[in-house]
Amino acid sequence: MADTAELTTFREETRAWLEANCPPEMREPVKSEEDVCWGGRHFQFQSAAQKSWLEAMAARGWTTPDWPKEVGGGGLSPAEAKILKEELRRINARNPLNSFGISMLGPALLKYGTDEQKQRFLPPIVRGEIRWCQGYSEPGAGSDLAGLQTKAEDKGDHWLVNGQKVWTSYADKADWIFCLVRTSTESKHGGISFLLFDMESEGVSTKPILLISGYSPFCETFMDDVKVPKDQVVGEVNKGWDVAKYLLGHEREMISGMGLGGGSALLGKSVGAIDDPVLRAEIAAFDVDALAFAAMSERFIDQLKAGEAHPAMPSMMKYSGTELNKRRHELVMAAGGADTLEWESERSRKGKPAREWLRTKANSIEGGTSEVQLGIIAKHILRLPGA
Amino acid sequence: MTLLTDDQRQLHDMAKSFLAEEGTIKQQLRHWRDIGCKDGFGHGLWKQFAELGLTGIAIPEDKGGLGLGATEAALVLEEVGRNLTPSPFLTTAVAAVRALEGTAQGDRWFPGILSGETVAALAVDEGKHHRPDAVATTATRSGNGFTLNGGKQFVVHGASADMILVAARTGGSAGEREGLTLFAVERDAKGMEVENVALTDHSKAARLTLTDVAVDADAVVGEVDAGWAPLSRALNAGRAGSAAELVGVAAGAADMTTDYLKQRKQFGKLIGEFQALQHRAAHLFSEIQIARAAAYKAAELLDAGSDRAELMVHVAKAKAGRAAALAVQEGVQMHGGIGMTDEHDIGFYIKRQAVLDRLFGDWRFHAGEVARLAGY
Ligand SMILES: Cc1cc2nc3c(=O)[nH]c(=O)nc-3n(C[C@H](O)[C@H](O)[C@H](O)COP(=O)(O)OP(=O)(O)OC[C@H]3O[C@@H](n4cnc5c(N)ncnc54)[C@H](O)[C@@H]3O)c2cc1C
Repeated sequence: MADTAELTTFREETRAWLEANCPPEMREPVKSEEDVCWGGRHFQFQSAAQKSWLEAMAARGWTTPDWPKEVGGGGLSPAEAKILKEELRRINARNPLNSFGISMLGPALLKYGTDEQKQRFLPPIVRGEIRWCQGYSEPGAGSDLAGLQTKAEDKGDHWLVNGQKVWTSYADKADWIFCLVRTSTESKHGGISFLLFDMESEGVSTKPILLISGYSPFCETFMDDVKVPKDQVVGEVNKGWDVAKYLLGHEREMISGMGLGGGSALLGKSVGAIDDPVLRAEIAAFDVDALAFAAMSERFIDQLKAGEAHPAMPSMMKYSGTELNKRRHELVMAAGGADTLEWESERSRKGKPAREWLRTKANSIEGGTSEVQLGIIAKHILRLPGA
Repeated sequence: MTLLTDDQRQLHDMAKSFLAEEGTIKQQLRHWRDIGCKDGFGHGLWKQFAELGLTGIAIPEDKGGLGLGATEAALVLEEVGRNLTPSPFLTTAVAAVRALEGTAQGDRWFPGILSGETVAALAVDEGKHHRPDAVATTATRSGNGFTLNGGKQFVVHGASADMILVAARTGGSAGEREGLTLFAVERDAKGMEVENVALTDHSKAARLTLTDVAVDADAVVGEVDAGWAPLSRALNAGRAGSAAELVGVAAGAADMTTDYLKQRKQFGKLIGEFQALQHRAAHLFSEIQIARAAAYKAAELLDAGSDRAELMVHVAKAKAGRAAALAVQEGVQMHGGIGMTDEHDIGFYIKRQAVLDRLFGDWRFHAGEVARLAGY
């Protein structure tokens, strides 16, 4: 659809502003993990460009374009936010900030937080000042998340938290955690609360977990008599499961974006000449699926903004997007042959293709496994019995 | 078109209720099959399409049509697919009309199409696979016209058509797009032998043998040697349209299957309680959603005249073909033995999918075109 006059003006202004404010270095593809800006109290910027790009975008609220202005967001309409996204993609701009605060906690606070909580927590998320991690999973509670055991006892003026979380991505680098705790044992889903606390609180410790890809941004998180102020529960006590599920919808929506493989470029185009007809056919079939999924993503986002998406649709997007991304990386490895098997060499950029391929295997596990997503679709969309 | 406009929603609702009332498997497909109808569709229903304005969906407003685009056609075709409604809508009202648009032949045939009197067909394929640039049928100049020689197959509704658009070579050679010319040939033209063939899905297509078929110069649609332009307009519309119809076929089969999972009991449980089936049903749901998004996107880009339209049309036809294949195969399997019986309707879906997938090129052809357009 063609832009209206106002949107055309918005597009022109946006384009001009990005031209002036997005440093050339921030228009190059990300080369390594270090290139990704996460912000937070202890974040070390890799370059002046990385810092100024974050600051410029945050000042306009464009790290969170569709959040209200009152909490520091951009206040853009869905149509304007879409234009901003298109213009960012047009110049291949890097994400100014990667943040669980933006993609997960923020939406949950906007819906369930008190005014005081919104004012206290949202603006630092927009500016990338506080880095968050997610404390959901426990050793005995993965897919069966509501089986969690970490306990928060009401001590009158504070909560006393004891227990262990696992798989907490970036817990060792994060400033704060959003966490599910058990505040009652009377009912499984009805005894969970959604709690926020500072990772520097006394009694919190972390231990890294090394992945098969050689990356280690994951941790076990231990909580030993951690005192948390009473006003740091989001939503009602014992009703945290609603907040948790709402947040998971956003997490799944974020993860589903991986199906796009960071862009909509055709895989066949990016791997170069393919002399194996079987591989060419597989890649062509993949590109069909990927382009169709890109159309679905666009439609899904628009439906979501218009309030027309079924609440369980993020599960469908997460499932399809992550399975697609795994297939993409299988094909990248197949097309790259022996070169992509190198692990430490400079030529292979320290084994980037192989490490990424291995990392994608978690896509269909993190944020709820593919099997769990299929179960949600069967139950909530298809309404199959007993699911 | 990621979201529908109000007008599009209205049209969709209208098509939905019209076809769910008048276009059902029982009243149309099964009925015409059982009585051995030579057309494979009902002219009465085609008249109803006309009364609703649908035969003129793509005909320009100044020629009396609705002047709508690929998007609106897709919405109607999805419902056609869901009900397996046999009609000339896709080939006549969507594909052939696009070839005729803006040509003198358009003025000649549009009134009949608008009134639901006229059926048009497209004769492109010559071998068992869809390879439009491989056309070898020749058209040589003679007198003030042309003489056509060659053979065609998979001419949907060919024997019922009043006019057949025949792609032939006035120049160039097989594999080239230049040198093709499109002719509007009347069905009873002398020298054109029309063999009516019943297809697997109980629809009818024709094999044509053209032996010295003489046509006037004004039978040319568009320009001599430049037939690729009207032909590709028709093919794009037909491909995008058949993608949408396949999405409807897939959705219809999947809905029928989901309902069955909620009714059939085995081992003292509803079979829909078995997780193995739940997960497959949920996967199928996802694939259909994605195929629908692709079909809508292709239609949107065609209507916008985007230079990405052709790529997306190939994507849509390939994706819809695969999603529908999965839907109908899972449909029969999850119905168990009853799914194999003629009495049950699920079998009609698997047959229709097979035909629609091949029509205007199967999913392999279109995936290959995606690779070719991308340059690998
Ligand atoms: C890289 C990575 C990052 C992560 N980041 C975070 C994070 O930041 N914070 C956080 O809290 N968690 C995080 N997680 C944890 C993640 O959410 C869990 O790993 C996930 O929910 C699965 O739980 P599990 O590992 O205990 O597997 P399990 O639940 O033990 O599952 C094992 C297998 O059984 C299957 N299964 C289980 N139940 C069913 C069922 N009902 N039907 C069919 N199959 C079933 C699963 O699909 C899986 O295949 C992360 C995980 C990974 C791998």
